[in-house]
Amino acid sequence: MAVFLVSVVAGTIGALLGLGGGIILIPVLTLGFGIDIRYAAGASLISVIATSSGAAAAYVRDRLTNIRIGLFLEMATTSGAITGAYLAGVISPRFLYIIFALMLGYSTLAMFRRRHVELPEGVVLHPLARKLRLEGSYYDPALARQVDYTSSGVYESFALMYVAGIISGLLGIGSGLFKVMAMDVFMKLPMKVSTATSNFMIGVTAAASAGIYFARGNINPALAAPVALGVMVGATLGTRLMVRLRNVTLRKIFVPVLLYVSLEMLLKGLKG
Amino acid sequence: MATGSPQGSPGGLRAAAVEGIISRSLRWGVVISAGFIALGLAWILITGSTGYPPGYYPTTLSQVLRGALGAKPLAVIDVGLLILIATPIFRVAASLVAFLAGRDLPYVLISAYVLAMLLLSLLLGKAV
Repeated sequence: MAVFLVSVVAGTIGALLGLGGGIILIPVLTLGFGIDIRYAAGASLISVIATSSGAAAAYVRDRLTNIRIGLFLEMATTSGAITGAYLAGVISPRFLYIIFALMLGYSTLAMFRRRHVELPEGVVLHPLARKLRLEGSYYDPALARQVDYTSSGVYESFALMYVAGIISGLLGIGSGLFKVMAMDVFMKLPMKVSTATSNFMIGVTAAASAGIYFARGNINPALAAPVALGVMVGATLGTRLMVRLRNVTLRKIFVPVLLYVSLEMLLKGLKG
Repeated sequence: MATGSPQGSPGGLRAAAVEGIISRSLRWGVVISAGFIALGLAWILITGSTGYPPGYYPTTLSQVLRGALGAKPLAVIDVGLLILIATPIFRVAASLVAFLAGRDLPYVLISAYVLAMLLLSLLLGKAV
């Protein structure tokens, strides 16, 4: 029951921020419930897919998810995820905590710097982005207007996505964090488009690792069942909320969540 | 835009319609998966038995299916989990069909590559 309630919260925040909820679930399951990180990672992969598929219907309808950008970047992440899932059996859990903590610390800083940006300005259209039509438009109820956007920094975000894929396979998280960052910092997409598209992508990346985790026995159904149900409820709440929020508000929720979790995980990694 | 928005061309319209179908079937996938998981979980809570020895659970597709047909609650949960894992894969496959319908060659190739990587990871997973 406690796992179910935590999962509702994880699903809400996950769908809101495009993170999949692993970021909340893994620390709570390992630190709070004393579950081995390998099983926590398996349950988290399930949570990521549940958030992604649970939120997908609403975001596609509101035209926030950019399927083209998502699929294009997924070429890099799925390749990375396969690499990462194989590395996971080899690398020690303690090392995983430290990578996780460093990754979060860096994201916190990058996001904090951009805390006042509502919509990106002066985006230089990348030639490849023009060719692949990595652009879009959505109606924003919080701003009460139509928002058009396009992407720059295509190569940088593609490279970062490969790394994101490896981390995802290693840690059993959708690494939505890195995805949102790559789209926000390099492609310069509106925050809402970044989180919704990340939300689509994390499910696909996680599915690539989930098969391997399942076969290896890291997905314990007794743990994954309450997690999946809780996250589905949470994701429904999160999507309703996200559409109405401002991009700036999303960032303000993002930063403290990141900071808190990164410190927790660093401590765990250093103590062993 | 010179190239036109995805909704501007007849192929784009068709692709948009397919998107709508994908989004609805995804929701059904999630609902069905939740149904299996909830059923299995409630079953375990009521009977107090998972259908397997303590600490054991099936890890291959055939074990899961045999367990579910043998009315083992834990295997019923696994059926739900596997349906859930399949939903994003289904979504990529459906996008491939949508881009084919829209005759959008670069994206046919891109979604085919992503789908191939996903299937590869599932095959590799079974071999482990």
